[in-house]
Amino acid sequence: MRIQCPYCGERDLSEFAYLGDASFTRPDPATPDASEQFFAQVYLRDNPAGPFEELWYHASGCRSWLRVRRNTRTHEILAVEFAKGGFAGPGQPRAAADS
Amino acid sequence: MSVSDGNPARPHRIARPGLIDRTQALTFLFDGRRYTGFSGDTLASALLGAGVKLVGRSFKYHRPRGILCAGSEEPNALVELRTGARREANTRATVVELFDGLEARSQNRWPSLAFDAGSINSLLSPIFVAGFYYKTFMWPAAFWEKVYEPMIRRAAGLGRASLQADPDTYEKAHAFCDVLVIGAGPAGLAAALAAGRSGARVILCDEDFVLGGRLNGERHEIDGASGSDWVRRIETELRSLPEVRILPRTTVFGAYDDGLSGARTFGALERVCDHLPLPPAHQPRQRMWKIIARRTVLAAGAVERPVVFGGNDRPGVMLASAVRTFVNRFGVAAGGRAAVFTGSDDGWKTAFDLRDAGVAVEAIIDARRDVPSALLAAAKRLDTRIFVGSHVVGAHGARGVDRIDVREGGGRVTRLSVDSLAVSGGWNPSVALSTHVGGRPRWSDVISAFIPGDVPRGMSVAGAACGSFALADALREGSAAGAEAAAATGSNRIEPPRWRCAEEATSVTALWNVAESKGKAFVDFQHDVTDEDIALAAREGFRSVELLKRYTTLGMATDQGKTSNLNGHAIMAALTGRAIPEVGTTTSRPPYSPVAIGAFAGHHRGKDFKPTRLTAGHAWALERSDVFVEAGQWLRAQWFAAPGEASWLETVSREVKAVRSSAGVCDVSTLGKIDVQGSDCGLFLDRIYINSLSTVAVGRVRYGLMLREDGLVMDDGTAARLGEQHYVISTTTANAAKVMQHLEHARQVLWPELDVQIVSVTEQWSQYAIAGPNSRRLLQKLLGDALDVSNAAFPYLACAEFSWRGIGARLFRISFSGELAYELAVPARYGDAVIRAVMSAGTEFAAVAYGTEALGVMRIEKGHVAGNELNGTTTAADLGLGRMMSKKKDCIGRILAGRPGLADPDRPALVGIKPVDRSARLYSGAHLLSLGSDPILANDQGYVTSVAYSPMLETWIGLALLVRGPQRHGERIRAHSPIRGGDAEVEVVSPIFFDPDGARLHV
Repeated sequence: MRIQCPYCGERDLSEFAYLGDASFTRPDPATPDASEQFFAQVYLRDNPAGPFEELWYHASGCRSWLRVRRNTRTHEILAVEFAKGGFAGPGQPRAAADS
Repeated sequence: MSVSDGNPARPHRIARPGLIDRTQALTFLFDGRRYTGFSGDTLASALLGAGVKLVGRSFKYHRPRGILCAGSEEPNALVELRTGARREANTRATVVELFDGLEARSQNRWPSLAFDAGSINSLLSPIFVAGFYYKTFMWPAAFWEKVYEPMIRRAAGLGRASLQADPDTYEKAHAFCDVLVIGAGPAGLAAALAAGRSGARVILCDEDFVLGGRLNGERHEIDGASGSDWVRRIETELRSLPEVRILPRTTVFGAYDDGLSGARTFGALERVCDHLPLPPAHQPRQRMWKIIARRTVLAAGAVERPVVFGGNDRPGVMLASAVRTFVNRFGVAAGGRAAVFTGSDDGWKTAFDLRDAGVAVEAIIDARRDVPSALLAAAKRLDTRIFVGSHVVGAHGARGVDRIDVREGGGRVTRLSVDSLAVSGGWNPSVALSTHVGGRPRWSDVISAFIPGDVPRGMSVAGAACGSFALADALREGSAAGAEAAAATGSNRIEPPRWRCAEEATSVTALWNVAESKGKAFVDFQHDVTDEDIALAAREGFRSVELLKRYTTLGMATDQGKTSNLNGHAIMAALTGRAIPEVGTTTSRPPYSPVAIGAFAGHHRGKDFKPTRLTAGHAWALERSDVFVEAGQWLRAQWFAAPGEASWLETVSREVKAVRSSAGVCDVSTLGKIDVQGSDCGLFLDRIYINSLSTVAVGRVRYGLMLREDGLVMDDGTAARLGEQHYVISTTTANAAKVMQHLEHARQVLWPELDVQIVSVTEQWSQYAIAGPNSRRLLQKLLGDALDVSNAAFPYLACAEFSWRGIGARLFRISFSGELAYELAVPARYGDAVIRAVMSAGTEFAAVAYGTEALGVMRIEKGHVAGNELNGTTTAADLGLGRMMSKKKDCIGRILAGRPGLADPDRPALVGIKPVDRSARLYSGAHLLSLGSDPILANDQGYVTSVAYSPMLETWIGLALLVRGPQRHGERIRAHSPIRGGDAEVEVVSPIFFDPDGARLHV
């Protein structure tokens, strides 16, 4: 499996670390049912056969966290972007990219 | 009749040498006897050429077995190759390239191959039927481990492992290409040439050591030249193309993931030196290729099917195509009086090739009633008996076939005296690589076999692999597929090359088994599965192919059922009144043929399994100690023995006492160090750690604890604030990379809006702990005026960056030992010089170097938690650190740490334990029990996490996680370690054994 890192280019699977479901969003800890919301986010996971959005970490490369759309049946990589969003690549001013 | 080329030393060599070089004789040993073969032989062809037919005993019944095939699908002729540490079991003699001095032994026989005591299993065969393990050895249960299993293991099983470390090296390599062509038969060569001529980057792999595939075993003509001459011509052109790489002796064993725009990853094993007595210097034995191919042409050919009839496993019964390969390629005739049993035209080719090689063909038995008249006419010159609509119902002979029974349509049985029988049940396309990523094969009525169905994206299939058995079709398909694949990767679209060759009929009439035959009829030769086993499975309801496979072990041997699966499924279909496609087929998984584990490991074995990281002070440590412990990838000195010390305990106790009485120095460079900067760095760290770090003043250090989002402790360390927007945090050695990843996740994914930058500086700084009551005096001597380290100017938990002898250095007043202590950090390039300078400054204080053991003893004496306590199951409260949790802010893990299960006051929590008998030893891992309770799980009260002998308290002490532990100080319990043998009565105490008020820290 090879992943197109937006910063480094296409790299071998062995350079990346896998986290899992990219849909994790950290709930607002101040809401009254925060405990239930955190439980759902941390433990309740879909395991779809087919396209799935995941977080991968380019541990042996640029250390970017990537949002990777992967077909779990075939391991086909359908799309890759920085998990951080916006920041598009080297040489681009951060402020401009973040806006 | 003799078939010899006239040389009495080689009775089975025919006049035509084929592709072997008879001027180069090679001697080899089989079961200790010396034989001669030739350059170009396989072990199988050399054995057959030397007249050896019996080469092994079968798995279950110890039946005599010979050579069935001429290729990698061989189920029978498995030998032990080489000797000593290089002994390799279950090697297929048909793919072993002969070299001078090769040594091989037959397997699974005792005391000898010709007389095998285990063949009594054959007489006991009624109890060895399918499922016999489950049925026979169920009772009594206690007998399984002691009696049945050892007995079965001795009786069954194949070769022996060497039980020594593999002396060879293996390597891994990546390759990239536009077009990967798998198989260098006619279709593969045509594909590679078409793709290569278009300028595409091509890799052509073949498991054989010569290219050509079936062309080497047949007598085809292409463009008026012999098949093998055509192969050499194509090979020459391919080698002239700079973008074409040819990998012979290379099996593409697995198709893997989809890549970008159709590119796919393949695993391939190149047998670099298996054809040599020993790998030359600096050469790997095998090379594991990871090939990333944008397009693939699968041209893996087909495997001929044997026919299931009584005695079909007798040595001398061979696949018809294998007989042709041995005659045409190796110049070897397996016998002098042959017969052919076939269900299609293809088998007749064997009769013609044998006769033309001078071998007498006693009979051709064709199961079909209607045999093409042209064939019958052509066969007139063979001077042989022809049986149409007939079957072989039995093959006989103790150590090799010597007679067969032929039953004609009318029922008359004729006994023929033959010494070899060529069988052809049809051909199975080698579809495996098209199914590895989920493709399902499709049934073809034309060839009575499965062909690739939905092939993986980016792959096309050509030639026999997709059921096109005619040479003309293979060339045409291969050429077109190669040109198309190259064009799809952006190469020039060229006119596919064409060649002229004869057309031939290739339809197959199914010939699976001979139901009315007598004697054991084998479906799976390697696992000794018979047609009776299939029938038993059908009767007992194991009718799905997946159940059939697991119940009978059909297709589960090292050959993965290449010659047996479909025959078994066809018999099951007939028994249950279904069509074969309804019965289904099992899909195959990688590897296509066995791959040595060493090849998967490559260089990653032994001490090279992972990188070894050395601190800058390693050379200094090595001068004083040869005992190092692995901490993650790092090596750390465990202790520094002084002359005359008899045991490690004596050494470690001396180091501890020296630190506590004067001063000691320890290399702590391996701890993770992460530099955190940015205007939001305090806020960021507040969200990472449970306690507040934004409130740490510049020039101060605070201990911090971080959780995972599920509320359990992840790691601990210190955070030193070097500036308003600058912290450096430390992690445990083992978790450094994990914490870095965690922080990057928080920074990039959770809170990308924060202005924070982080970088690991673990390797950039050498850091030394200088501990003990004299550590300040030592530092004053070392640093001089560079920094005021007096208690007033530099109190406990102070930190500073300062310039010292032109070096930017850092000092932290932190203590893991519980003593007055500092950690001095310098850029790593000064690490060696600085540790020597520190030790030199410490001479007048008799400062010692201390290792990880003394470090551990002192932290246990102080009740400081480490990896044994931060074990992924503990909460902050479990470790007595619950009150660190800030109530003024949120942090990762705070919410879920409040779950009822984690907040349960009955959870095991940190305590100290001391043996009641001061001389008793404690063991970590011991379980805690109330006095008088039985050592059973229901009575478990917790466990001991860390123990040490405390030279200060002169007794063993331990840290433990005990149910409601903090409320039980003073109670006596029991620490029970059934595994390590200890069972001690202990007193529950505070985890802080030494200097509980921390007075020594603040002096």
